[in-house]
Amino acid sequence: MYQYDQTDHTLIKERVAEYRDQVSRRLEGNISEDNFRPLRLKNGLYMQLHAYMLRVAIPYGLMSSDQLRMLAYIGRKYDKGYGHFTTRQNLQYNWPTLEDTPDILENLASVEMSAIQTSGNVNRNVTSDPYAGVAPDELEDPRPYAEIIRQFVTLHPEFSWLPRKFKIAITGAEDDRAAINVHDIGLKLKKNAAGEIGFIVLVGGGLGRSPFIGKVIREFLPKDDLIRYIQAILRVYNMEGRRDNLYKARIKILVHQLGIKNFAKLVEDEFKASKDDILLVGREEEERISAFFAPPDYVKLPIDDIGVVEASTNDNAFAEWLERNVTRHKQAGYAIVNVSLKPLDGVPGDITSDQMDAIARLAEKYSFSQIRATHRQNLVLPDVAKRDLISVWQGLCDKNLATANLNRISDIICCPGMDYCSLATTRSIPIAQRLNERFKHLDNILNIGEIHLNISGCINACGHHHVGHIGILGVEKNGEEFYQVTLGGSSSRDAEIGKIIGPAFSSEEIVDAVEKLIGVYISNREVGEQYLDTYRRIGPILFKEALYDAH
Amino acid sequence: MTLIKNGNVVENCWRTVDDNDEIYGAEAVIVSLNRWQNEKEALSVSNCSLGICLNSNQHPEVIASDVGHFYLIALEFSALADGRSFSYARLLRERYGFKGELRAVGEVIQDQLFFMGRCGFDSFELSEGTNVEKSIGALTSFSVAYQPAADNLKPAYQLRHESW
Repeated sequence: MYQYDQTDHTLIKERVAEYRDQVSRRLEGNISEDNFRPLRLKNGLYMQLHAYMLRVAIPYGLMSSDQLRMLAYIGRKYDKGYGHFTTRQNLQYNWPTLEDTPDILENLASVEMSAIQTSGNVNRNVTSDPYAGVAPDELEDPRPYAEIIRQFVTLHPEFSWLPRKFKIAITGAEDDRAAINVHDIGLKLKKNAAGEIGFIVLVGGGLGRSPFIGKVIREFLPKDDLIRYIQAILRVYNMEGRRDNLYKARIKILVHQLGIKNFAKLVEDEFKASKDDILLVGREEEERISAFFAPPDYVKLPIDDIGVVEASTNDNAFAEWLERNVTRHKQAGYAIVNVSLKPLDGVPGDITSDQMDAIARLAEKYSFSQIRATHRQNLVLPDVAKRDLISVWQGLCDKNLATANLNRISDIICCPGMDYCSLATTRSIPIAQRLNERFKHLDNILNIGEIHLNISGCINACGHHHVGHIGILGVEKNGEEFYQVTLGGSSSRDAEIGKIIGPAFSSEEIVDAVEKLIGVYISNREVGEQYLDTYRRIGPILFKEALYDAH
Repeated sequence: MTLIKNGNVVENCWRTVDDNDEIYGAEAVIVSLNRWQNEKEALSVSNCSLGICLNSNQHPEVIASDVGHFYLIALEFSALADGRSFSYARLLRERYGFKGELRAVGEVIQDQLFFMGRCGFDSFELSEGTNVEKSIGALTSFSVAYQPAADNLKPAYQLRHESW
């Protein structure tokens, strides 16, 4: 993975010093909360319902065992012994004090991490495919470009006061595990007719109040033009994006209001006008960065491991985990292990410091000291030799990290909701827990299969309900919590915004409603069909009837 | 109001004039875009030193071919959160070739100064209550940067390969 050199270290140290000064001015009363707010936000520090919340960036989801250990240490020392993984490859601490945050940043800096730009109206953490570099369906590893973009947008002098937040995601694979369609800029590596590799560029995707699927602004962008093109988009957005209304300030609204053609013209004009800018990172720097992402020293192994095959015939629990949580690796004899942060009785994405330490140790022993965070709030051990799968599984079982539910109904994306968040208007975590309780046995009995169930506690859509196969949105009416259901969403390659199916359900009704939807799928599915396939084939009518006819 | 220029506190020798204010002979005045557009010819041949102030809704493209008339261009930050003038400054410096004094006015506090400097501003009219000494220090908060801008700081990717 990328390692800091002198320049990176200097920059991050200077940033910690700057932030330390900002905090001390606030504590001494030399800066107003109004002026301090955007400054602390640019450093990932929110004021939540009960306390401050600090969001730490995990650039494109990649971290080392040492880094994860540091996250565990911070959780113990400055929080209540745990952290929470978000949908954008960040980790959140829910209980730090303002006074401690400069020290937390210093600790992070010592392992080449930061909270720079994890919030506020700036470029956020650049996210990517958690299987980058190990996925069999990948054209090219996107991480060198993710790192080049990370550096370009970090403390950018021109783009640190944008109209609104700005999120870039990049993938090199066919199957989209980075949700590039719902980002401000989505990038996918592709090959053009001449056989050159570049990017297809999407712009203006996003969730929140007004969800949009990103629109293609460039069918093919040569690699050398990447940074200059991103600069052009950001510059047009910085000058033209709306600043009069917080809810209309995202680039998706600008793209929507101008139309993609007009917006593209502004960008292409700016791109042409900037042709003399020295924004080419250069071949040597590209090679320097790419070298950090070279494949690890794999050993030659048989495609299948006899021990694993035997164990899976003797042990149902292992077999189930193997089938659901272990994914194909591009290297023969290796596997991608998904670590579930969705135990049935837990909070989706939560992880204790002890669990972090355990995963760090397993990664060190069995996965070249690397861990990835995923868009769906789980972790990944990317490079596990198949002969080590039993040991890894046992290690994960010991820490309640082996729930065999990747992409199953209990693998819920869920925002913190009103239990933590000051924006939320309803609770989301208890709904997730009640759904898990309901489907604990039903999932196995009915073999529900792959399904994405996403829950947001308010219209800001942090739980990505718009792109859940089943999406649940909490809405507050006269002090009571209601839950609206959207169907047919997807954040994958075939991305779609789900449609609201009808009137919202009360907190008591919502779990029954989901069970009815699953019932429609079970009684209508054809052989080999997953939930979304059936929904797309038969449409919403039967689902709607099941939900509302009995009312 | 304290004015910082090239890292020092300086006297403001410019007078900002309203559109109806009379302009006398050889003084240094800052006019609005409106006044410039209405009185371009007269102002061009007058003896005064000309400056212009653009608010954050006024894209400097409208004076792109006029920049040679001005010794000073002031760009307004109507609010801390309004970052348009960062882009405007770079365009004036890097695209329209403005070489004179580029002044940040409006909501200007310590925490923006480093980025403002990188975008090409060389003078800063500090908001009321902003610590002057710390603000001057803030101009050099960082000794390195990842990206090129309108200043002389070399981006990391150039620094790294210079010696090769």
